[in-house]
Amino acid sequence: MAGNVLDFEKPIADLESKISEMKKYEDNLDIKEEISRLEEKVFKLKQNIYNDLTRWQRVQLARHPERPYTLDYIFMMTKDFVELHGDRLYRDDKAIVGGFATLDEYKVMIIGQQKGRDTKSNLYRNFGMANPEGYRKALRLMKLAEKFNKPIITLIDTPGAYPGLEAEQNGQAEAIARNLFEMSLLKVPVIVVIIGEGASGGALGIGVGDRILMLENTWYSVISPESCSSILWRSWEYKEQAAEALKLTAKDLLEFRLIDRIVPEPLGGAHKDHKTTAETLKQVLKEELAGLVKLKSDKLVQSRLEKFSRMGVYEE
Amino acid sequence: MGWFKRSKQKISPESQKRDIPDGQWVKCNDCGEIIHNKQLEINLWVCHKCNYHFRIGADEYVSILMDDNSFKETDKKMKSGDPLVFEDTKKYKDRINSTIKKSGLYDAVKTGTGKINGIKVSFACMDFRFIGGSMGSVVGEKIARAIDRAYNNRMPMVIVSQSGGARMMEAAFSLMQMAKTSSRLARLSEAKLPYISILTDPTTGGTTASYAMLGDVNIAEPNALIGFAGPRVIKETIGKDLPEGFQRSEFLQEHGFIDIISERKDLKNKLAQVLTYMS
Repeated sequence: MAGNVLDFEKPIADLESKISEMKKYEDNLDIKEEISRLEEKVFKLKQNIYNDLTRWQRVQLARHPERPYTLDYIFMMTKDFVELHGDRLYRDDKAIVGGFATLDEYKVMIIGQQKGRDTKSNLYRNFGMANPEGYRKALRLMKLAEKFNKPIITLIDTPGAYPGLEAEQNGQAEAIARNLFEMSLLKVPVIVVIIGEGASGGALGIGVGDRILMLENTWYSVISPESCSSILWRSWEYKEQAAEALKLTAKDLLEFRLIDRIVPEPLGGAHKDHKTTAETLKQVLKEELAGLVKLKSDKLVQSRLEKFSRMGVYEE
Repeated sequence: MGWFKRSKQKISPESQKRDIPDGQWVKCNDCGEIIHNKQLEINLWVCHKCNYHFRIGADEYVSILMDDNSFKETDKKMKSGDPLVFEDTKKYKDRINSTIKKSGLYDAVKTGTGKINGIKVSFACMDFRFIGGSMGSVVGEKIARAIDRAYNNRMPMVIVSQSGGARMMEAAFSLMQMAKTSSRLARLSEAKLPYISILTDPTTGGTTASYAMLGDVNIAEPNALIGFAGPRVIKETIGKDLPEGFQRSEFLQEHGFIDIISERKDLKNKLAQVLTYMS
């Protein structure tokens, strides 16, 4: 666990380990008082630290290795999940998972990028970086959902579409472009949630929807801070500045009206409390679904088109 | 035979360095042939010796593809906002203003309507000279409007792409232009109106992953770099050298993503020919 504590989380982690150490001697009354005093202190410290995170620190939280991933959310929020595989062309991409699931009263199609927890599972999942077959599988499942009139939920968590030789050869660009094109025409509601990293076209490739949500400690932009730093500053050293310049947090994107809503995370971040995070997200999704399923499909498609049409800032 | 042959195969580098008067002579990037500007223009900016297609601007493509005096430009002075107040080593605002001054362009795309062998089309052409032909809000909006013009007037849409990808300085706004333009193309397609995408050197990143790859017919100039990730990034990722011709037009055609590779001199007629089948 100690290896997964971020720099700015350290003062909190130190205090928490002190408290748990003291709890071994809890029978002693004096210590009890000290413990509750320290717990109060931890709470305040957390509030201070988490209310005042830099953009780079949010990026770090979004990448936290103990954060819930797509399948965690699926298992925590839904039941009767039936995972479906393959693009029907040549492969099943493990970096994107999807299938039918039941979210209380709603039967939905849920699709998302999947990261791994350790080296082995990360290699299996290709670190959540999809190949063209992943985007084509996602599209196939979306069309399936449309056919049976089921709403679609996509969960985005990717450091980007995979920049590999085969990915290019098999049409990474075409696969993403096709999804943007087809998703804009889907006759069923589409809710998009950024649950971790939303890097560029690789994220947007499953990100065209009627409602775009971001969890509180996530990022969404056209490029990662590291790559931006390497291109614009010609060095990898400026990632903090790049993160600031890119204005890539949930709060920034809501201010720009590029997303519709922020889903709050428990104090300390989603990785501290998977259950509460999933429960909050589930409630938000149900609220959104309740509104969207009432809309007629042509109205849905029209307002989706208008939604993306409004995005952009220019002078005439 | 042979009396006129060079005794030495290699000419010293010094002798190759000729004094080239500025703006009159151009050296071919591929074979090194020195070509006079006028000759190059007559040859549509293609090397007469090795067929290398020089990178050219939007004005040149208008002159090559549109019937004489038929092109009417739209949204000419649309200019980028600076929603993020972006600053790297330079302020984005300053970068835009200095590029406008230097290039005489307002942003990286020119749009309008015109005729191709008498067929009226809505036309958009990107220009690499403006911040690497990058796609930000202006490119997205102008292309979206051009597609709407095609939709409203029931005309074909033709887009010439030439772009390094989405513009970093507008971050998420740039990203969303991919969705904006692609969804407009989807509507155009629903209305059964043709869209031809022309890919020129280079077409990469978010541009390729949106409108450039979505043509009913995709036409590329020879040997253009076309891809999603840039070659350097891929090389770093896989830790190997890339095969000869990787991410070039011919490679993409071989793998099924380009319909036609057309030399620049044939481009207009090819375009017109295809369009006659799509009405």
